[in-house]
Amino acid sequence: VTITLLDPTGERRPTERPRAPRPQALAGQVVALLDISKPRGDVFLDRLAALVAARGATVRRYTKPTFTKPAPADLRRQIAQDCHAVIEALAD
Amino acid sequence: MIDAAPRLPDGLVAVVKRDCPTCVLVAPVLGQIAAGGRALTVYSQDDPEFPAEVAPRVDDHELVMSWHHHIQTVPTLLRVENGAEVARTEGWSRTEWEQLAGVHPLGAGLPPHRPGCGSRSVDPALADALRARFEGDRLRARRIELGEIEDEFETAFDRGWTDGLPVVPPTPARVLRMLDGTRRAPDEIVAVVPPDLVPITVEKVAINAVMAGCKPEYLPVVLAAVSAACTDTFNMHGLLCTTYFSGPVVIVNGPIAARIGMNSGINCLGQGNRANATIGRALQLVVRNVGGGLPGGIDRATLGNPGKYTFCFAEDEAGSPWEPLSVERGFAAGTSTVSLFAGHGPSSIVDQISRTPESLVRTFAAKLRATHHPKLVMGMGAVLVISPEHARVFAAAGWSKARLHRELDALLAIDGAALARGADGIEEGVPAALAAGRKLPKFRPGDLAIVHAGGSAGMFSAIIEGWVSGDRGSQLTTQEVIS
Repeated sequence: VTITLLDPTGERRPTERPRAPRPQALAGQVVALLDISKPRGDVFLDRLAALVAARGATVRRYTKPTFTKPAPADLRRQIAQDCHAVIEALAD
Repeated sequence: MIDAAPRLPDGLVAVVKRDCPTCVLVAPVLGQIAAGGRALTVYSQDDPEFPAEVAPRVDDHELVMSWHHHIQTVPTLLRVENGAEVARTEGWSRTEWEQLAGVHPLGAGLPPHRPGCGSRSVDPALADALRARFEGDRLRARRIELGEIEDEFETAFDRGWTDGLPVVPPTPARVLRMLDGTRRAPDEIVAVVPPDLVPITVEKVAINAVMAGCKPEYLPVVLAAVSAACTDTFNMHGLLCTTYFSGPVVIVNGPIAARIGMNSGINCLGQGNRANATIGRALQLVVRNVGGGLPGGIDRATLGNPGKYTFCFAEDEAGSPWEPLSVERGFAAGTSTVSLFAGHGPSSIVDQISRTPESLVRTFAAKLRATHHPKLVMGMGAVLVISPEHARVFAAAGWSKARLHRELDALLAIDGAALARGADGIEEGVPAALAAGRKLPKFRPGDLAIVHAGGSAGMFSAIIEGWVSGDRGSQLTTQEVIS
């Protein structure tokens, strides 16, 4: 006797999208630094900002309201619109 | 389509089985009706040769007609006009049969009344399989056919559906039975489950509730818990991702708790009660299976806590000197609710000596101050679970719950100097600029909840420590249970 079970999962069928092209060099790029609002994330990002700027990129700083939630859609859209690349900082 | 609802033939319709003495008794009556020229169709549930007095008979051993037309008893006699049932009688009653059939007299020599037997279509041994066959199209979830040598318990492990313990295999029959626990439609969307943001239907919740071991009457509580978990205020996404210990803690208030047999007394935070155990587990299985929140995947907990299998209990309202949590949170007394708290624990409060509220509240404050870290404040919440023997100390002195909150707040306003980073030789603490020259509250307003639960003996209470509180993290989230 065969048994039939009902699938308990979300039955997702993810759509595949190609990754955006990676920048070959930093010079002339606009790079977003996203602080997720964890303690000492700013220490890490301040150092990164200096390193990225020294390589000829323009740095823009952004901050998530809280590290416990995904970045708001508006913030993600703004970063995508204004910048070529984004670096997100985890810290503690 | 054998399984579609068959149209009833016009005239008289009788449903019988040979294995029923009353049906055997009325077989000559059916013969009498047929011989009299009345349109009569007889459906036989177990023997197509029965009753010999009528021909032809319709073989209903697959119970298609009996199921769809809700035959509860045999014999059942129906009168049908234009395909619609207009009259029904069950068992044998001469007067009712004569009236329904329009034939007088009927069944001379038979007793005036004789009760019938159960229809095979409601035989408990057959009912689940019939339901799955005839109502299975209510279910939309993908069907997975196991091979003959596949073990249904092992396959659930192999497919990643379990929390590490065995689950009840979610067969269509079990899921249909679970759906009896709610009036909500199987395809109604309950919530959007993080982290994968998948819309979840009542049916998918029911499938996971079956797997968790729930009874159908628990389903409304599970639905409310899933709905509460998937709100922005509760923030299940962040709670999953965190390296911290916490998971969802389900606190049930209102009459449904007693109705479904939840434990709010002895060992209520422990094992052994089916409702407590399986409601909390069902929520976690939903997050895992539908949301995609897997330990080591999106769930990044450094250590976790055993309550992530299940952590669910009811408040003891009947024995409480205070208004229940649900009423504090704005729901009318008598409303059944689910409150979700992002927490873990419990940790213990021992005080077997205090007999005054002034003393006991200091014990509570001393332990609450140490939650998370004695030098960290204003960032995380807690639930204080007060046992009956502790609660009666406050009740005897006339302390309301509001007063207890006020007294705790006063005792938990802590000198900033003691909290500053470096104080007490401990680097962890509050930044010096925030701490300097003032008192800081351990908990921000609303971050400490109080409930009454536990066995009647033992001067022990408990703290369920919370995760990041407020709009930066997770807020205690309460929703009404809708049946």
